[in-house]
Amino acid sequence: MKKELSIFDNPKNVKKLLIIFYCSLVILFIAEFFIVPHPAFSFEHVKGFSAVYGFFSCVMLIFLAKILRLIVMKKENYYDK
Amino acid sequence: MTSNMVPPAIIFILGSFLIPFLKGKTKSIYMLLIPVAAFYVLMNIPQGNIWTFEFWGYNLILGRIDKLSIIFGYIFTIMTFLGVLFALKVKDDLQHVAAIIYAGATLGVVLAGDFLSLYLFWEVMAVSSTFLIIASRTRASRQAGLRYILVHLIGGLFLLAGIVLYIQKTETIAFDYIGLSGIESYLIFIGIALNAAAIPLHAWLPDAYPMGTPTSTVFLSAFTTKSAVYLLIRTFPGADLLIWIGAFMVFVPIFYAVLENDIRRVLAYSLLNQIGFMLVGIGIGTQLALNGAVAHAFCHILYKGLLFMAAGSVLQMTGKIKCTEIGGLYKTMPLTCLFCIVGAASISAFPLFSGFVSKSMIVTATVNEKMVLVYLILQFASAGVFHHAGIKVPFFTFFGHDSGIRAKDPSWNMTLAMGIAAFACIFIGVFPGPLYNLLPFIVDYIPYTGAHVVGQLQLLMFGALAFALLILSGYYPPEIKSINLDVDWTYRKIGRGAYMVLDHGLNAINRVSESSLMTFVKGFASFFNRAAANLALFVSVNIWLVLGYRDKRLEIKKNRLYNDILQGTLPIGIGAAVAISFILLVFILT
Repeated sequence: MKKELSIFDNPKNVKKLLIIFYCSLVILFIAEFFIVPHPAFSFEHVKGFSAVYGFFSCVMLIFLAKILRLIVMKKENYYDK
Repeated sequence: MTSNMVPPAIIFILGSFLIPFLKGKTKSIYMLLIPVAAFYVLMNIPQGNIWTFEFWGYNLILGRIDKLSIIFGYIFTIMTFLGVLFALKVKDDLQHVAAIIYAGATLGVVLAGDFLSLYLFWEVMAVSSTFLIIASRTRASRQAGLRYILVHLIGGLFLLAGIVLYIQKTETIAFDYIGLSGIESYLIFIGIALNAAAIPLHAWLPDAYPMGTPTSTVFLSAFTTKSAVYLLIRTFPGADLLIWIGAFMVFVPIFYAVLENDIRRVLAYSLLNQIGFMLVGIGIGTQLALNGAVAHAFCHILYKGLLFMAAGSVLQMTGKIKCTEIGGLYKTMPLTCLFCIVGAASISAFPLFSGFVSKSMIVTATVNEKMVLVYLILQFASAGVFHHAGIKVPFFTFFGHDSGIRAKDPSWNMTLAMGIAAFACIFIGVFPGPLYNLLPFIVDYIPYTGAHVVGQLQLLMFGALAFALLILSGYYPPEIKSINLDVDWTYRKIGRGAYMVLDHGLNAINRVSESSLMTFVKGFASFFNRAAANLALFVSVNIWLVLGYRDKRLEIKKNRLYNDILQGTLPIGIGAAVAISFILLVFILT
């Protein structure tokens, strides 16, 4: 094996990446104040609606998926029995 | 009107016959030239109905060329080229032949201007794709292939019954807009919707597609569902029912995608979700929405193909594809990782990637029609897509926990195919103009506005924040070796009783459609039915005898042939028998 990437083995790099990520979130939030809005519906007049909706969509997704798992999850050999 | 050029479907289907007889470089170049030739034909044919034939008093139209059919023709030939390139080094003629015939039949469906040739190509598509599923030659893939073909034959029967009633009513076999009214239109709708994997007729897709080989799934992901999307755009634009089926489809599969352990099953569920977006567009039926559905199908074929190629590369190089077994592969498969991320960004509709310029047309169409609920569902699903396809797939495959596997990037042809697809995804995202020019209606839409870009980025990035926080806090559902029940449970687990019901139902539909069948279809279909089965058995038994198989071994071979594909009930359409027999022959010999 000639070379092997391993930049994410170093926790420092992961931390840097997360910091860049958090900064981009802040920039995105601020950016909304500098653009010409064309809201689709009345509730989109609220600044940061997309951000909040995106965040809670994913939280709900995981929450409901965990409940769904209780119902539909079976062992891998379920159909072979 | 006639043309001195050969229909693309014929180029593919006849072209495939030579493949087993070629070797080495000649074979590779020949296989790559088939889609190139078809593409050349598509570029140079005039609009209108061409390749029309008089057949028993009916007018067969093998080439209905307009903006809608031609763009699907383009993308299917492009995807065939990429798929062939990706599978170039596969040493299995069955896969090559089946894939090319499958692609040809899809083009036949897309260009068909009448119901008879449509149905013919439809059945060839179903049967040839089955061979791609069973090509991994495992017990599980054979069983999934059998379920797949049974489901599709039932769908085909619905379609056939609808077609027969439609022909009786309209006294023509030509078709265009149908619309949902009358029993025949519903039968046709069910037949097509099943191929589009519309919920609740979807379970065959996540059941069967992940069973393919690393390369054959790439073909599977492109053709069947998107040719059905094309037909829905053609025949049922503006059907309200499709909006609700579509909204349900963008919504429900993402939960499964979050839970699934097998990466290719995750991708299969996200495929359902993406088709949901297209169905919503078709259901809305405005010019913007239909343009959006076509554009999204176009982009989707490329990025989903790319994602399945990346997953196929991982499977090929590591032999594993489950989240629990892989991880940390970026270290030694950097290119595959990079291309996978491009595909993931495209499916998530990040600005500057292809999904952004196509999906946003559909979303904007819901806004224009003041559909608040549908809009919110689509936005929820957009965040969800990013979550499972955009982050989960690359994260658990290439990052996440280090599995210790040190597999390399795949061979040059596989890498190149992924590279071209990735390039196309970015190109379309940055320069949507050429794609927009190909769309069926004139495009009056600008994807890149400040509000839209920032809104979309907020939606996605704060979704990513949720993922990051959930992973870091440990609340994220862990990867577990498991399967998740879906609708296919109904026909897989209820057991023999259900099978009997299914079997009888099948025959009942068969009888109904047959009793009202036009004489020639009846005669020809049953003739070729028997001909195909007998021919297959006759040819193969003789070959086995020559090869020295006797008694028990011959019996086993014969049984395997039946178990694998025939089951004695394949109602293969007219002429389809020829193509199918050929695949059979290759199947027997390899």
